[in-house]
Amino acid sequence: MKTTAYIFLMAMVAAICSMETGGSYAGEVKAISGAGATFPYPIYAKWASAYYKLTGIKLNYQSIGSGGGIKQIKAKTVDFGASDAPLKPEELDKWGLFQFPMIMGGVVPVVNIPGIKPGQLRISNKTLVDIYLGKIRKWNDPAIARENPGLNLPGMNITVVHRSDGSGTTWIFTNFLSKVSPEWKEKVGNAKAVAWPTGIGGKGNEGVASYVKRIRGSLGYVEYAYALQNRLTYIKLKNRAGAFVEPNMDTFQAAAANADWEGSKGFYVVLTDQPGKDSWPITGASFILLQKVQDKPEVAKAVLSFFDWCYKNGQEMAKKLDYVPMPEKVVNLVEEAWKTQIKDKDGNPVWP
Amino acid sequence: MSIVRSGIRGRILDVVFANGTRICAFLVLLIIVAIMVSLLIGAWPALKKFGPSFIISKEWNPVTEQFGALVAIYGTVVTSIIAMLIGVPVSFGIAIFITELCPAWLKQPIATAIELLAAIPSIIYGMWGLFVFAPFFGDHIEPWISDTLGRLPVIGPLFSGPPLGIGVLTAGIILGIMVIPFMASVFRDLFEVVPPVLKESAYGIGATTWEVIKKIVLPYTKVGVVGAIMLGLGRALGETMAVTFVIGNADRLETSLLMPGNTISSSLANQFTEAVGEIYTSSLIALGLILFFLTFMVLALAKYLLIRLTLKEGVRT
Repeated sequence: MKTTAYIFLMAMVAAICSMETGGSYAGEVKAISGAGATFPYPIYAKWASAYYKLTGIKLNYQSIGSGGGIKQIKAKTVDFGASDAPLKPEELDKWGLFQFPMIMGGVVPVVNIPGIKPGQLRISNKTLVDIYLGKIRKWNDPAIARENPGLNLPGMNITVVHRSDGSGTTWIFTNFLSKVSPEWKEKVGNAKAVAWPTGIGGKGNEGVASYVKRIRGSLGYVEYAYALQNRLTYIKLKNRAGAFVEPNMDTFQAAAANADWEGSKGFYVVLTDQPGKDSWPITGASFILLQKVQDKPEVAKAVLSFFDWCYKNGQEMAKKLDYVPMPEKVVNLVEEAWKTQIKDKDGNPVWP
Repeated sequence: MSIVRSGIRGRILDVVFANGTRICAFLVLLIIVAIMVSLLIGAWPALKKFGPSFIISKEWNPVTEQFGALVAIYGTVVTSIIAMLIGVPVSFGIAIFITELCPAWLKQPIATAIELLAAIPSIIYGMWGLFVFAPFFGDHIEPWISDTLGRLPVIGPLFSGPPLGIGVLTAGIILGIMVIPFMASVFRDLFEVVPPVLKESAYGIGATTWEVIKKIVLPYTKVGVVGAIMLGLGRALGETMAVTFVIGNADRLETSLLMPGNTISSSLANQFTEAVGEIYTSSLIALGLILFFLTFMVLALAKYLLIRLTLKEGVRT
């Protein structure tokens, strides 16, 4: 009795495992699986459903967060992982991983000040840092007034809003603050969750958006799509070239186009504080992670074919959902890298 | 036909039944021990690194990997106390009204409404708290609180600060609302099992409703009442989503209840998915372990109270 039950159990486990990984069928690949970042989930899901209608290949993507995606691709339990923050080249080497940027978004500071309309308020980098450090506490502070001569700013308290959950958005935002301010870098640092010197935390973009909407005098940061869809009052930021820019598709793409992708090992590029007078200073790409050596080359090929199709046919869909597609220059670089970086066990390239 | 099954078959069934129930009961113990052990193993790296100072440190910094649980413990305990201060009297009132004072036709509708409230998922309470209650509270109640209570000498600092609508006090109130249906329906069930003859005798010798409650109903049901309060407290301690929405999730220790704070369970909900590195993950698990002990202590306290109560009884008679 016991043995039969045991065998039955094992068979069940095996069946479940093969369902999970999807790609473990021999021969034709019917499904690919991925896990990771929540930020790009809506667009990955949209691409996947369009791709399924076209080819019959199904994508199972679990949006469990970047950290979980990295853990799963390291353990090879999924065909690809997804992360909002790029892995450092050393870490990629350590785990035999390859990464490339798939889709972009921007982080946008938003405010709720009576009488201030979207794009009116200008805030310099130093002022933004000082507000988040809790040094500037009133909206009529001279540092803010100096940049906004025509605006009538109230003597209202500034309520800082940040993310309470660990998130790629926070990683990009604190990366920007660390780049522009040594003080921030030393006191707080750059991570998915940090010890905020001041303010209140909202869970998720929606949490921050709703806090900013309801608290007068608040300043928060959200994904571009959230700022747009919730009609939040975004502000202008000063970029590295010294120009004040508005957050939109063009300034995000400018940041990506001006970044040094060629010279960066393992596509380790963080799109914050990039050069160029049109670049939005807090732009970020979401990355895909693959094993460099593929046990199942046919699955890897199916994964790459899917992303190739997304690069070439998914741009309009992405824009509709307020994501920013990668510039063509970067796409070409990525696809070149596929040819040399992704190999099967015998060292033969998987792509094309 | 007899309902008693005789012979060998009946005896076998009996053994199977006895062992079946025993396995079910032992399973609970096994699960508790397993949870405890895995929490301990998971929390070990953090406990080893920080030692006892983990509990008294208010630093929570994922960047420098310095972790302490004080802020989360404080938030958990304070929100639960507020919840109990609100929840216990109100539930008590509801239950007494239903069992003693309510006209018969109104009993069932109120009881059903309470049970429906108990069935609402906690995230709904959280969203209602964030979108409806917090704005109202921040615009209308909190300014008033900080103008009145905030000016008082000793407790003033607890009630002063900007009216954000989001913070420890809001979380406590939402928790209070959440535990009310649960405790009220248990209280009601308890009060209903008091034999009418006892109550009628008391009324018969001229007792008022309050005296009947105090002298007859409460002594008769006290074991259950303490148990229900502790279960409510247990729910308040462990509640996650609703609190996360309205507490403000700031890892700082603030004197004012109007300011944001954090609880153990909302720290876990917020940070676990993206926690990288051994110490970070382990510190979060250590938080879970502390919550486990807090809940355990609450239950132990409940048992102790009950023992004290029964002892007193023995002396009196």
